[in-house]
Amino acid sequence: MNLRRDVFQAIADPTRRAILMLVATQSMTAGAIAANFDTARPTVSKHLQILTECELLRQEQSGREIHYHFNPQTMKQVADFIEPFRQLWDERFNRLEDLMKQFKSNK
Amino acid sequence: MELKTRISAEEGKQDLTITREFDLPIDLLFKAYTVPELFEQWMGTKVLQFEMRPHGGYRFETSDPAGNVVFSANGTIHRVVPESEIIRTFEMENTPFPVQLEYLEFHSLGIWTSKLTMHIVYRSSEIRDQMLKLPFAQGLNMAHNRLEAIAKDSIN
Repeated sequence: MNLRRDVFQAIADPTRRAILMLVATQSMTAGAIAANFDTARPTVSKHLQILTECELLRQEQSGREIHYHFNPQTMKQVADFIEPFRQLWDERFNRLEDLMKQFKSNK
Repeated sequence: MELKTRISAEEGKQDLTITREFDLPIDLLFKAYTVPELFEQWMGTKVLQFEMRPHGGYRFETSDPAGNVVFSANGTIHRVVPESEIIRTFEMENTPFPVQLEYLEFHSLGIWTSKLTMHIVYRSSEIRDQMLKLPFAQGLNMAHNRLEAIAKDSIN
């Protein structure tokens, strides 16, 4: 079965988000990335494969090593530059508002 | 649906401003930020330390259902003026992102409405843009928790 990978699926996983955060500011080898996790190495490899397939990560050969680079262009494709950030804060503030409305009525 | 939250981020600048109006009196809005039990609930996190006073520290962490910590952050409080202002730093732990400075201003707009303005200063414009591009860095834990809740509901 050949499931088409999409960005939303990729970032729904906490380990994959953590990998993206690591690679966001510097390219890293698979070994260096795996060293940051308690997870088994093959599991990390699988995550890297998924992130690469949906083009959130790019592989670049550098001598004998393969470095993983973050590809921000793909994140742009998720939505406009600021929109996901705005949605995140909006959801968070909606929760605050709902919670405090309950708090008020329970007082 | 129209989002009530506004983000202003000028090209090439190292800061941004988030504004939001709430259907809440200002005392309740301020409480959501200063009472740890309430902060935990709307942030979907676990508070480890919460000293809402100048030079006080705060720290919180979010875990997945298996109990692994997937996100943790901390900061220092610089100024707290009840129902008016909080100045604090914020830093995500175990990430390459440097500490940021946050100015929170609380304004009353009426008996039942209030407004929050959050001015965030990053180390550089590049860091700011990376933060904007990585919304999951700060908050998708929440979205993730919600997805899990939905998944659990659909099993039951």
